[in-house]
Amino acid sequence: MADVQNLPASQPRGVTGSLGAISFRLSTTIPGIMSAGIEKGELVVRTTRDRLLALMAMLRDDPLYACQQVMDICGVDFPDRAERFEVVYNLLSVTHNHRIRVIVTTDETHPVPSVHQLWPAATWWEREAYDLFGILFTDQPDLRRILTDYGFEGHPLRKDFPLTGYVEMRYDEERRQVVYEPVDLVQDFRNFDFESPWEGILTLPGDEKAHADRHDIKRKG
Amino acid sequence: MSDVTLRSDTDIPDSLLPEEPDGEVKRHVVEIDSHALNFGPQHPSAHGVLRLVLEMEGEVVARAIPHVGLLHRGTEKLIEYKTYPKALPYFDRLDYVSPMCEEQAFALAVEKLLDIEAPDRAKWIRVMFAEITRILNHILNLTSFGLDCGALTPALWGYEEREKLIEFYEAASGARFHANYVRPGGVAQDLPAGLEERIANWAGTFPQWIDDLESLLTSNRIWKQRTVGIGVFTTEQALAWGFSGPCLRASGVPWDLRRSQPYDNYDKVHFNVPVGRQGDCYDRYLVRVAEMRESVKIINQCLEQMRPGPVKVQDHKITPPPRREMKRSMEALIHHFKLFTEGYHVPPGATYTVTETPKGEFGVYLVADGSNRPYRCKIRPTGFSHLQAIDEMSRRHMLADAVAIIGSLDLVFGEIDR
Repeated sequence: MADVQNLPASQPRGVTGSLGAISFRLSTTIPGIMSAGIEKGELVVRTTRDRLLALMAMLRDDPLYACQQVMDICGVDFPDRAERFEVVYNLLSVTHNHRIRVIVTTDETHPVPSVHQLWPAATWWEREAYDLFGILFTDQPDLRRILTDYGFEGHPLRKDFPLTGYVEMRYDEERRQVVYEPVDLVQDFRNFDFESPWEGILTLPGDEKAHADRHDIKRKG
Repeated sequence: MSDVTLRSDTDIPDSLLPEEPDGEVKRHVVEIDSHALNFGPQHPSAHGVLRLVLEMEGEVVARAIPHVGLLHRGTEKLIEYKTYPKALPYFDRLDYVSPMCEEQAFALAVEKLLDIEAPDRAKWIRVMFAEITRILNHILNLTSFGLDCGALTPALWGYEEREKLIEFYEAASGARFHANYVRPGGVAQDLPAGLEERIANWAGTFPQWIDDLESLLTSNRIWKQRTVGIGVFTTEQALAWGFSGPCLRASGVPWDLRRSQPYDNYDKVHFNVPVGRQGDCYDRYLVRVAEMRESVKIINQCLEQMRPGPVKVQDHKITPPPRREMKRSMEALIHHFKLFTEGYHVPPGATYTVTETPKGEFGVYLVADGSNRPYRCKIRPTGFSHLQAIDEMSRRHMLADAVAIIGSLDLVFGEIDR
């Protein structure tokens, strides 16, 4: 029978006190952490690929952090950066009631060490990051596609992958099978630029002084 | 039969073996290999479009390999091409059984990046409808779980009750399922006159319905045979596999985001967090039933504490102005036009915002780059990690138990496949 249990009193919304202490401890005592800080009330730790596994093992096993769960692993694509992908790990500790976000960067060729030995739940998240971004994970025995179609080519959540995709699928009545064909749009995909012409205007010669103090205008180039 | 032994190592007593005919008989030894069984994607117990490849040894599941993605619609990619207000309706279509809770997660994430807070009445409405959604979800899950195990009546009763709740949805938002009601900065519109009384009347009668449901299932011998001790997941397993929500609580972890990391007005309501001990299908059922009772309590508290007032922030750069004003005021018209074409710009930043949806932790990892569209919107579906554990959970169970396990995990493929 499920018994009803009263939990300890909830923590107030501003949990920054304990999080701040954690971020200070992480940034001062642990080697290989590029930065640790509070961003919008959430603890964000940036590290490097070769230090990732040691850090993750510590975050899971050290009773100070005790992150029993990895709730989410996802990729973010920044094509302009030297290492275009961020891999974001959202860890949760149910005993301390805190979340730690660990971020490492990588690109198409450099694999990230897999954390599935620490948390078995990581396997599918890593498969998803591989499927949608093409991020590679070492020591991941099951790095197959997961969300896209069987035999899909490309990594759809990369910024250089078009929203419409490359192929479309239909059932061919004559051949009695599903066939793939290049996407043929009746109307071109329209990507509206809602930028106001006043905000987007370039700083004309002679206006530099007047525009130097204005941060709300967008400067091109 | 005589010249084929099914398994050489089985010790069948000689008295039961058929009499051997005289003479030289060549015996063949046939090994029963594990064979693969395709469960779904069109199986009614697959709760949508789950394709489960089961490696069977006789009737025992040796390995379960889920194939997901049959309902993948590229929601995250589509959201990157939509303005923030236009991205919201996608969340209704993720977990289509509990739409408003998912909207709430996105709304809270955007509010966090915009650094605004919804007015008090909006928060009460959100909490109340989140709990209505929880009941809506649990009714469908529990009754279809019953249906999977052969109990037909709960489903018939449940749809009637769900219909009443869907009418509340319709009264508040105009839509029965895809509400688009909880918006960044508040809710779309105030509750219509009389809806609060209707909800209060319903909340008075609903506990009786839960009793009726329990009378059909809780102590039902067949139901217990199908669920008790099936799909047991220990606390350690549940934590390691990233469980959340009722599935985690059934495994003995007193963890509820509404309690431990309260959002909106959950810190102002009193409710208990039901926790199970065994971590089997029956406990997952019991936790959900107990949660429905707690939800009714929360709904009553919301109705008591709700006061008239604004339901969205009064900054018309973020929420649309009233329609009447728009017809008369030029400024309101401009605001309206800008909001529904360009949307609003969200300052750069990233947040991982979570809500306790009926299925567990639903998270939105939102990265904004200062433009009017999300740079990246990662949706953390709840069922994804639950479904991943199905191999471990259903190993060495019978085929029929795999069906019960799927029912108890509360999977909806709209959110798993995104």
